[in-house]
Amino acid sequence: MTDPLLTILYILVFPGFVFLLIYSLFIEFLDRRVTARMQNRVGPPFFQPCADVVKMLGKEVIDPDGVDRRIFDAAPLIALAAVMTAFLCIPVGGNSIIRFQGDLILVLYLLLIPTIVLFLLGWLSRNVFSAIGGIRAVTQLFIYEVPFFLVMLAPALMAGTWSVSEIAHWQQENAWFLLLQPIGFVVALVCLQAKLERTPFDIPEAETEIVAGPWTELTGRRLALMHLAKYASLVTGSALIAALYLGGPMTPWVILPVWLGWAAGFFLFLVKTLAILLVLSSIKVATGRIRIDQLNAIGWKYIAGAALVQVALVLVMNFWQVGI
Amino acid sequence: MANVIVPIGPHHPALKEPVNFRIVADGERIVRLELDLSYNHRGIEKAAEQRDFIRVLPLLERVCGICSHSHSTVFVKGIEEIMELEIPPRARFIRTIIAELERMHSHLLWLGVAAHEVGFNTLFMWTWRDREAVQDTLEEMSGNRVHYGMNEVGGIRRDLTPSEVNAALARLPHLEERIREYAKMVNDQETLLIRFKGVGKLSRDEALAYGAVGPTARASGVDYDIRRDDPYLAYTEVPWNVVTDTSGDVYGRTRVRIGELQESIRIVRYCLENLPEGPVRVNAPKTAPMGEILSRYEAPRGELAHFIRTNGTDKVERVDIRTPTLANWTSVALCLVNQNLADIPVIVAAIDPCLSCTSRITVVNSKKRTTGIVTFDELRKQSHLRASMQERR
Repeated sequence: MTDPLLTILYILVFPGFVFLLIYSLFIEFLDRRVTARMQNRVGPPFFQPCADVVKMLGKEVIDPDGVDRRIFDAAPLIALAAVMTAFLCIPVGGNSIIRFQGDLILVLYLLLIPTIVLFLLGWLSRNVFSAIGGIRAVTQLFIYEVPFFLVMLAPALMAGTWSVSEIAHWQQENAWFLLLQPIGFVVALVCLQAKLERTPFDIPEAETEIVAGPWTELTGRRLALMHLAKYASLVTGSALIAALYLGGPMTPWVILPVWLGWAAGFFLFLVKTLAILLVLSSIKVATGRIRIDQLNAIGWKYIAGAALVQVALVLVMNFWQVGI
Repeated sequence: MANVIVPIGPHHPALKEPVNFRIVADGERIVRLELDLSYNHRGIEKAAEQRDFIRVLPLLERVCGICSHSHSTVFVKGIEEIMELEIPPRARFIRTIIAELERMHSHLLWLGVAAHEVGFNTLFMWTWRDREAVQDTLEEMSGNRVHYGMNEVGGIRRDLTPSEVNAALARLPHLEERIREYAKMVNDQETLLIRFKGVGKLSRDEALAYGAVGPTARASGVDYDIRRDDPYLAYTEVPWNVVTDTSGDVYGRTRVRIGELQESIRIVRYCLENLPEGPVRVNAPKTAPMGEILSRYEAPRGELAHFIRTNGTDKVERVDIRTPTLANWTSVALCLVNQNLADIPVIVAAIDPCLSCTSRITVVNSKKRTTGIVTFDELRKQSHLRASMQERR
């Protein structure tokens, strides 16, 4: 893709920003629908997430007293922009357009930004619920982020590359990391759930305790953008796990012509991300919210422990040349 | 870290009704709880003094939306006792059926609320769905989902037809199965266990000293149930057990309530199957002789007491309502000490608080913009004053 026009199309339309937004809204619909059906409710109609966003964009924006308006406006935009940029590095059909050694690190750090923005929003809101929520968000970040980074880097260690696309390729030639590193896959899913602040890790926005946490003072377009950023993170996070552990969009054998191969890869991408979403939704439905001190204990004892074991196993396997 | 005061309420998403807690916290640990209850004084006791026995029942039923049958039953029970009226057995059984169905829908509602407080919305949705079956039964029997309007002095207002009895019996097996499922869930579900176990501990001695009632007390091992200890309606004729638990925490309260759900199903089934034939009411005199009575009743939330004083007219001279929530509040203040801030909603919800029923009186000084409480000694002084006034009369 050397044609600059194609590059711009890739970034802005497909599979870049426009696709990400549409797919996020679709994933939100599916998430809400699946949750509702499991809870024996009807759930929202197909259009609901889109209608929500449009409605919220048109709503009045309310500034809490004494809040720096410009930062308050910018924060959700920054969160959304970070997630969108991260998505560009992840292979959707074939290789992603932005790929270099180390794009995995870039993606991980960009995915961290929404949480930091949430903390900032909580801190800026000048509201006790938001402030507590923001602090909880950051406390939680310290618990899940270390194991999340570890298990995201474990495939890179084995594949010997720091590029998401190349790791996906490596799996095409060898085996899925789901089979080679099953512990890492489970830890990655749990940490993604925590990262997205979904039950049982919805501690920062525990409705019955602190209203909506950092989201409390968000209104209108700020809420709409932050909401989009959350579901875009869900898409990006599941796409990342799909690429690192489920072989991403790479087809097991070469399909010609190129466009057909690309389409097949895109189909695989959709299937794998939706599968991950189903797992995440099931976790959400099957659990209640745990307390931050309980998460601290569980996170450092078991989740971080499991991640470390996985990395140690990878190093041993690398030494004995297993799987290569 | 110095103690900070965290205000919760009067408006807060964890609270469905207005109440104000001032939580004195040391970091995440709770040191003390200060309560301010009266935000919703409705003057029902005063209004009850102005209505005759027919018109007062719809009013008393509206003390509480959940235990509406409890309030009217405890009142007519007291009045019937003053009038020395024996109600027909069929009326007694039907009152029992409605009372136990009410307990079921209240406990199912509570289970959902408790799950919601710890963020487990699936259980919330499921219990509220199954609660609909109970509410449908109640609607079929009485015509209403919330305020059944079944009671009157001397019996009940509506008889049950055989088809209503059969429809109710047909719903029970499914409910029984669902409740068994919830009992399993509460014992197995990991996130529920770590949020419920050891949270809000209340020992047996504390429960007795602070006058806890109902499932709150029974979860602490206090074997006390008005239905058995001061029997009324048909409870002596029906086989059933008092459910107690020894753990004394939110987990224990959950287990007691689920156990009571199972017992309620047994009672309802027995009553429906062994419904005596005959009339459902006797003609009651218009007026009640002079008298005083403390009528007690085991409402879903615990012991409910109406103190009734009649003066020979067709109205009560005084009715004093002591709801179970009022008796349980002090135990909440005790349970919360040394707990985590995040556990406030579930500990408060564990007594199944019904705040607007509890609101009695508040002393407001509008000039100083303060509210206060009346001490026990002041109350004694007032009652002496009242007694001497009556003597003079």
